[in-house]
Amino acid sequence: MFAYLVKRVLQAIAVMLAISLIGFAIQGNLGDPLRELVGQSVSEETRQQLREQLGLNDPFLVQYTRFLGNALQGDLGTSYFFKEPALDVILKKLPATLELVFGATLLIVGLSVPLGVFTAIRPNAILSRIIMAVSIVGISIPVFLTAILMIYLFSVELGWAPSFGRGETVHVIGYWDTNFLTADGWAHIVMPSIALSSIMLPMFIRLIRAEMLEVLQSEYVRFAKAKGIAPWRIYFVHALKNTLLPVITVGGVQIGTMVAYTILTETVFSWPGMGAMFLEAVNRVDTPLIVAYLIVVGFIFVVTNTIVDLIYGLANPTVKLARMGA
Amino acid sequence: MSFLKTCAASTALVLALAGGALAETTVRVAYDADPVSLDPYEQLSGGTLQLNHMVFDPLVRWTQDLEFEPRLATSWEQVNDTTVRFTLRQGVKFHSGNEMTAEDFAWTFERIRNSDDFKGIFTPFSGLEVVDDYTIDLKTTAPYPLVLHTATYLFAMDSAFYTGQTEDGKDKAEIVKHGDSFASRNMSGTGPFTVTAREQGVKVEFERFDGYWDTESDGNVDHIVLTPIKEDPTRVAALLSGDVDFIAPVPPTDLQRIEDAEGVDLITMPGTRVITFQMNEDRVEAFKDPKVRQAIDFAVNNTGIVDRIMRGFGTVAAQASPAGYAGHIDDLAPRYDVARAKELMAEAGYAEGFSITMMAPNNRYVNDDKIAQAVASMLSQINITVDLQTLPKAQYWPAFDERAADMMMIGWHSDTEDSANFHQFLTACPDADTGNGQYNSGNYCNEKADELMKAANNEVDPAKRTAMLQELEQILYDEAAFIPLHFQDLAWGAKSNMNAGEIVNALDFPYFGDLVVSEE
Repeated sequence: MFAYLVKRVLQAIAVMLAISLIGFAIQGNLGDPLRELVGQSVSEETRQQLREQLGLNDPFLVQYTRFLGNALQGDLGTSYFFKEPALDVILKKLPATLELVFGATLLIVGLSVPLGVFTAIRPNAILSRIIMAVSIVGISIPVFLTAILMIYLFSVELGWAPSFGRGETVHVIGYWDTNFLTADGWAHIVMPSIALSSIMLPMFIRLIRAEMLEVLQSEYVRFAKAKGIAPWRIYFVHALKNTLLPVITVGGVQIGTMVAYTILTETVFSWPGMGAMFLEAVNRVDTPLIVAYLIVVGFIFVVTNTIVDLIYGLANPTVKLARMGA
Repeated sequence: MSFLKTCAASTALVLALAGGALAETTVRVAYDADPVSLDPYEQLSGGTLQLNHMVFDPLVRWTQDLEFEPRLATSWEQVNDTTVRFTLRQGVKFHSGNEMTAEDFAWTFERIRNSDDFKGIFTPFSGLEVVDDYTIDLKTTAPYPLVLHTATYLFAMDSAFYTGQTEDGKDKAEIVKHGDSFASRNMSGTGPFTVTAREQGVKVEFERFDGYWDTESDGNVDHIVLTPIKEDPTRVAALLSGDVDFIAPVPPTDLQRIEDAEGVDLITMPGTRVITFQMNEDRVEAFKDPKVRQAIDFAVNNTGIVDRIMRGFGTVAAQASPAGYAGHIDDLAPRYDVARAKELMAEAGYAEGFSITMMAPNNRYVNDDKIAQAVASMLSQINITVDLQTLPKAQYWPAFDERAADMMMIGWHSDTEDSANFHQFLTACPDADTGNGQYNSGNYCNEKADELMKAANNEVDPAKRTAMLQELEQILYDEAAFIPLHFQDLAWGAKSNMNAGEIVNALDFPYFGDLVVSEE
């Protein structure tokens, strides 16, 4: 276990080094940050002075070494737009994003299991057909379109939910303000959560359904039926448990991917998280913030995958972490 | 009896006051961006100027008809060729409680000299002299006609408030472009609002300054919450669902929707930003011939672009100066005649045409990439084959600086609201020392035109100056120095009870201090 964790930490460092190098390499192609920093009629001479001050004229390796040196001390650079350390900016935005991901995860976990199981055990019921039809639509429509359609339907036409932002939040600790303690906060987080889950949820329903159908054909289920065990016990205890293994594997990877989907969801809903911040940073050529974001997201990916591996071991005792780590 | 009456009257008064205090007016505004900094002189941008007009006051400001209106200056007079004397308003208080005097203007003027973004506008000025506590002289090195234009940029900063050192030993007055500074987080001006809370990129909250000097203003807004909403559809939805009261800009695709919506007003106004194409004479030999440039102008149907691509949301341009500017010539008509264009190409010896490259941004101006595609296909009618590339603005501007294509798009708004500014940046002979022609990717160069610009910039007689600027505009038109397309219109959306039409202007910073919200 310990050896496994050490190995994972080393992997994480390698991944983040690679990300920082890539992030640094592409920043020259993102555009000229000076354009966003100064007005249109500022002279070329003044621009050059600023470039010099910012160290943008130094060779790539000099800039990258300087960045690594600072990064080792926890300094990922200062955002041009926010004028604060990039890591602080991201950490301040992180709770909003995590709450959104949490909201979407609640929906996915809470709905995909019952719906997936139901469509598997009653494949011909009308409700099952409706669920499968809707899920195809959900997968096919891009997140931002789903989000805009929802805003027009539920905010403009029906007036049920607010159209943008986080609403009233309650301060918890540090940078963490939560949506989950006020009615207004709940009202604001519902639509973005649904929009964010609009691709994952149908996918998980279909995944659980497919796995379940397969498991239901197996010998031990038939045997259990023959033995007269209550159907709910067969479905939810024996069959479901064996269905979940591949679901956990895919789920772990997908939670990381969900962070990527937050970019679109947050932008459309003006949700003040790090996804919307990232898209804006790209538009503003705020390179320190872009690189810092990539590193943080890389870190999140590594962490979630490590946790998934640990859970996997719990769900299936035959999988040994030591072997996986080796 | 009379005692009872008095009692009743005073009770009514108390109730009225209490009622007034309860009915505080809050206006929720959604813009596409929020100000980069609270420093009024850090970045010359629409966002900064909008903020400045809320928290500070200038000497004079523009009205809807592009006239000057006294603010912190009550009157002004030309003392001699190079001096304009301003009399300042008395009894004006800063938010800190300090009294505003001439010294604050002198201090602010010196600070502007250190601002990379704003010092360019103040280059013609030699200094600001304090005559007495409420009188200042703005001096220029040579006679300069745009003193009042420039005075719209002179916002009084609270010199006592911004002087000294912060706890960590930094000068409170310093202007820092990329990093923390006192002025980027703290404000004290004379304006109608103070900033009470700010979360960058999320919201800025304003509260009305109860000591505001302009008691004649009918403005009755107590709080403003400014939220940036980047996405056009979300911003529109926020207004239509009632989550915000005032939005800008309104995207062209949603103009009709807002116009048709109940309880919501659409306010539009011709803007002053001109969209043009430049033809690079250094890269393409044919562009040196005025006939070829004219042919291109004749081939481009800019009226059609405004009608179809802009959906009428623009004013067709035949010149750089919008109506209302000194150099604007009413008689100049947009040129469009494909047959004439073909003739001109033949006369120039290019009947068979040629191939060029073209670049345009795809997220800088309204419909910029679609406009470029339309122009490219229009040019094919006169046998010019266009290889078009559109880029996000972040990548477009470095390409523009390199003059990376034969035809490039650029939109321009004159910081001084004056005609000469267009020529100085877009069509003057490029000169690295003076900065002239900084955005002249066409390398168009006409000595006569440059001389007219120089003369106009030192001519204080309005009639003579207008004649010079119009002559300049006529030369650029005759020689087809660039291809004018249109002026982008401005659009705001607001709830009907906002009476927003009263406070907007062509400069696109509504005067929220004067906003009168009526009962719904």
